[in-house]
Amino acid sequence: MNNNYVLSVIVENEPGILSRIAGLFSRRGYNIKSLSVGETEDPKISRMTIVVGGDKQIVEQIKKQLQKLIDVIKISELEPEASVCRELALVKILANEENRPSILEVVEIFRGKVIDISSETLTVELTGEPQKINAFIDMVKGYGVKEMARTGLTALGRFESKAKVIL
Amino acid sequence: MNVAEAVIRSLENEGIDTVFGYPGGAILPIYEALRSSKIKHVLVRNEQSAVHAASGYARESEKFGVCISTSGPGATNMITGIATAYMDSIPLIAITGQVRKDYIGKDVFQEADIVGATEPFTKHNFLVTNAEEIPSIMAKAIKIATTGRKGPVLIDIPKDIQLTAIEYKRIKNIEITGYNPTIEGHTGQIKRIAKKITNSSSPAIIAGGGVNLSGAKEALTRLSNTRKIPVINTLMGISSFPMDSPYYEGIIGYHGYEHCEEIIKNADLIIIIGARMSDRATKNFSLIRPDTNLIHIDIDPSEIGKILNYQLPVVGDAKGILDRLNEKLDAFEGDYWVKEKGIIGNIENGNNGDKSVEKESSISAKKFLKAITKYLDDDAVITADVGQNQIWTARHINYSGNRKFLSSGGLGTMGYSLSAGIGAKLANPEKMVISVMGDAGIQMLLGELGTLAEIGKKIIVVILNNNLLGMVRELQDNAYGNKGRFGIHFSVSPDFVKIAEGYGISGKVINEIADIKPVLEEAFKTEKSFLIDCRINAEENSL
Repeated sequence: MNNNYVLSVIVENEPGILSRIAGLFSRRGYNIKSLSVGETEDPKISRMTIVVGGDKQIVEQIKKQLQKLIDVIKISELEPEASVCRELALVKILANEENRPSILEVVEIFRGKVIDISSETLTVELTGEPQKINAFIDMVKGYGVKEMARTGLTALGRFESKAKVIL
Repeated sequence: MNVAEAVIRSLENEGIDTVFGYPGGAILPIYEALRSSKIKHVLVRNEQSAVHAASGYARESEKFGVCISTSGPGATNMITGIATAYMDSIPLIAITGQVRKDYIGKDVFQEADIVGATEPFTKHNFLVTNAEEIPSIMAKAIKIATTGRKGPVLIDIPKDIQLTAIEYKRIKNIEITGYNPTIEGHTGQIKRIAKKITNSSSPAIIAGGGVNLSGAKEALTRLSNTRKIPVINTLMGISSFPMDSPYYEGIIGYHGYEHCEEIIKNADLIIIIGARMSDRATKNFSLIRPDTNLIHIDIDPSEIGKILNYQLPVVGDAKGILDRLNEKLDAFEGDYWVKEKGIIGNIENGNNGDKSVEKESSISAKKFLKAITKYLDDDAVITADVGQNQIWTARHINYSGNRKFLSSGGLGTMGYSLSAGIGAKLANPEKMVISVMGDAGIQMLLGELGTLAEIGKKIIVVILNNNLLGMVRELQDNAYGNKGRFGIHFSVSPDFVKIAEGYGISGKVINEIADIKPVLEEAFKTEKSFLIDCRINAEENSL
């Protein structure tokens, strides 16, 4: 049964930590769907949000192997009902004078923002759950997506007690 | 003092008396600090040997091993040794010189990203960029290497940092935020194990390398004796349990005994202690049924449930857990169930269906090793290399009493035996050390005969010489039939005794069965190192 699991990993902000984590996943054949990382309130600590594909047993192994890394401080598995997830996407759509109004309609429905425009393209900034971003891209595919940059999922638990924490 | 001196001082404070290494430009300051230290430096002939020697030293002493090399090729030569130690969980610190901090990344002479390269093979590694951090880095490195599941830690120090002056302070008990291994087993789990054992009628123990690393031999022996539980070893578990015990049943796995599989099949409870049950031990993961009543005791939580489904896991140090378990168990007054069920193994001869072709006149490696057993002290240390020699040495020497078996089980690195033997001997010079290897294995790190000659302590080097890569020959025969033999023969084989004598080490060749006794007598009687080139039957198989 292959599912996606969201792991929120607190790590020491040491040089090379991203490489260690990526190396671990690659070496053991684990499937990273997306990875986003940034500083937390404490500049010496970063939070990594990793979406992994697999089954329950594999995810247990991943959590245990991650815990073995010295720079990994804490791992939480974020369940869908007990967490909030967001992703940011920048989508450059082929847009000319004729179809621009209909594209802008779609953008408004999805509550996106136009952040760049040219005679041939229109770049939209969109944040939301990954499904919302997928839906938007589906809608504008027909017009032609020239380029796209997605950050991957980032997430936080909603209540400390609900998230599964490993110390 | 400068960083280099601080590094040496940290090692002295931990009671390290011997380091193994090979100097070069980027590690000069460390060597200058070593020069005026009481620590003995052993110059090897290849940096890979330095790591194997540190490994042998660590396994024989209660301390960790230390190996030192320069930057670039010196460091990369250590990679195989470090990976070897990582797979077998041996505590050691590898110190490498690095080019100046401002040169890093510019592809200068003898520069290599050793931190990146050893990341898969170290518990952790450090590139020292701030000289002030060296006392805490040394403390962290040592803590990481020697606690929890032990393993190698590498410290890469740029040359200019080595020369930087700092305030040295000794740090004891350093805290590492992301590192808190569980040492004490959970009391509730231990109680449950005791109950399961008491209620089982045919329990069996599989003891692995973790029992050796934990120093849990006595505790394991007590458990087995109290409840009359059969003990089976994985390869790395050999010498974790006295083989002269009535409850010792043998080795499990590809190169193990069939009756051990019988015991596993008939057991109603299996207790795995300090074994990670990889493909070798479980015969490609097939040996233990998924529905087995399984208790898994290991210091590394990631090993529990990695391969086998457990009913009852306990994370912690084997010795501590077994000591507490023993307190909860009463003696079992019944009969030994293995005997009752009639499962009898033929370990006396160590042969469970020897399928190889034996010529009357040629020397059988198995019989030769059995002959050696008679001369071994009660606490002799036997190192083996990798290949047929490893399997023969594992199966045909009686590891009774306090005898030790040291080999590279996880990575299976050829060349391990002699270098590890040197390290083991220096850790405990009073103990007898025998290093067994094939003619291919010794040629991997042949120069270490020079290191052996220099240490001035005695090792008996036993070469099981069949002029070819014996284990590969077996694998090719199995896969492709006899016609499949390719790329395994040495058409030029040296006179190993002449080479040894070139290094000032005496030796003798054994060509016929009649030579065995006199050569062994001479080898064990002399006070100095001795090399035996034993010409064995090339058709003999490992089983």
